[in-house]
Amino acid sequence: MNSSTPNPETASKRGAGALAALEATGVSHRYGKRKALDNIGLSVAQGSFSVILGLNGAGKSTLFSLITRLFATQQGTIRIFGFDVNRAPSEALRRLGVVFQARTLDLDLTVMQNLSYHAALHGISGRETKPRAAVVLNQVNMAERAREKVRTLSGGQMRRVEIARALLHRPRMLLLDEPTVGLDIKARADILQHVRGLVAREGIGVLWATHLIDEIEPSDDVVVLHEGKILDHGNASEIAARAGAPGIGPAFTTLTGAARKEGKPE
Amino acid sequence: MNGSSAASAPAVGGRPSLANYAICLNGIVWREALRYWHQRERFISALVRPLVWLFIFAAGFRSVLGVSIIPPYDTYVLYEVYITPGLIAMIELFSGMQSSLSMVYDREMGNMRTLLVSPFPRWFLLTSKLAAGTAVSLAQVYAFLFVAYFWEIEPPSPWGYLTVLPALVLAGLMLGALGMLLSSLIKQLENFAGIMNFVIFPMFFASSALYPLWRVREGSPWLATVCELNPFTHAVELIRFAFYGRIDFLALAVVLGAAIVFLGSAIAAYDPSRGMIARREGP
Repeated sequence: MNSSTPNPETASKRGAGALAALEATGVSHRYGKRKALDNIGLSVAQGSFSVILGLNGAGKSTLFSLITRLFATQQGTIRIFGFDVNRAPSEALRRLGVVFQARTLDLDLTVMQNLSYHAALHGISGRETKPRAAVVLNQVNMAERAREKVRTLSGGQMRRVEIARALLHRPRMLLLDEPTVGLDIKARADILQHVRGLVAREGIGVLWATHLIDEIEPSDDVVVLHEGKILDHGNASEIAARAGAPGIGPAFTTLTGAARKEGKPE
Repeated sequence: MNGSSAASAPAVGGRPSLANYAICLNGIVWREALRYWHQRERFISALVRPLVWLFIFAAGFRSVLGVSIIPPYDTYVLYEVYITPGLIAMIELFSGMQSSLSMVYDREMGNMRTLLVSPFPRWFLLTSKLAAGTAVSLAQVYAFLFVAYFWEIEPPSPWGYLTVLPALVLAGLMLGALGMLLSSLIKQLENFAGIMNFVIFPMFFASSALYPLWRVREGSPWLATVCELNPFTHAVELIRFAFYGRIDFLALAVVLGAAIVFLGSAIAAYDPSRGMIARREGP
């Protein structure tokens, strides 16, 4: 950790414009010869609900791996509140909460033990963890299950615990990778509503990756990702209008269909 | 930068203090211990394996293999006494490989990612994970020594139980770091069976664990050379001498050096930019 790293947060207070919660510019990534991401640029404003819309294999998971620094960005930069994920990973990761697509809770441990482990990974002491855990578990209506083993929870409840866990270190930016996959309609709606509530009430910036059209509202910021390229971005109703489609769903079909017709350049 | 008090969470803009590092390390060890506690069959099998060797194999070979007086022993010793340090090292070898197995499992299941999004430096996270695995292996070793005591296998003085501790820690770290390095090279859990055949067995058998090197040399000089080059031999000898309150400096140097090399390579392999994970597709 470099102690001379300037603090972009204070810098931006002096400078103009609100700092983006998450900003990616010119991000490309290859696995061997295959280009998984091609010149991706996107920005999530503080207190906004942004969606990455793409089919499986569009590059969503690769982008998430880069944002969470599972591997380093080969080209381009990713910043979280101005902190470069590769140059100042500690500062960047501290401001980021993540809900991974795969279930990442320890099934044999209790809900509380899982949260305590996460808190420790962020350097939060046991004494401080308790009240924080109570707050985040309350938010997702899981407080009374705190002492139960994760194994006994339903899929939707596990997701809620994962969201609570991601908020334990009070990040201002939350990343969710297909969080509703495999959940029933009710659980999906609950989770979506809860995360939208976080955006509205607490001004947290959210980046929500999905392939499910019905999770998007017309006012959401949407990035349409297809085969590693951004086909369009803007708010959902604008994208629909540009594509001459009645909604984001048909617009997505039109956009990805057109991309396929252009043939495969590589 | 907002000032953050020693034991509280690093405030946004503040840097993690030493206390925060300690909390993180403690949390990783605590989780490993909890997981271990929930897999008691793992503990039982880790205990039964060396005991089977001790009670059956060693008892059977007692008459076949005579062990002459070699340091650190001042008298003729029973074969059971001779192989005890080897069995202790075997516990640590299995434990090291098992914690690397759990790392591959964690990676496939995504648990690894929760560890790696921690804001602490990656070398610290991996070293903490290694320390946690070693702590668990120490518990196994002492449980084994406890049972072995009733089989009349004990150090010349009770202090041996204490003097062996640093050797156990060092050997545990070396073998755990080797496991960690291997875990970064293995793509999937299924490939792990190969580790058994290509790492555990050769390391264990081509060492001084079961027979003194002078014996091996009588049979096959080149095998004796292989044994001498095998870091596991040095882990065994380090433990053997430490159990008798003595230090084998060559073994100490080799084990320390190997631990540093293995851990350094594992950290490099898990490094986001240089590492193996980046070259692989998918999480």
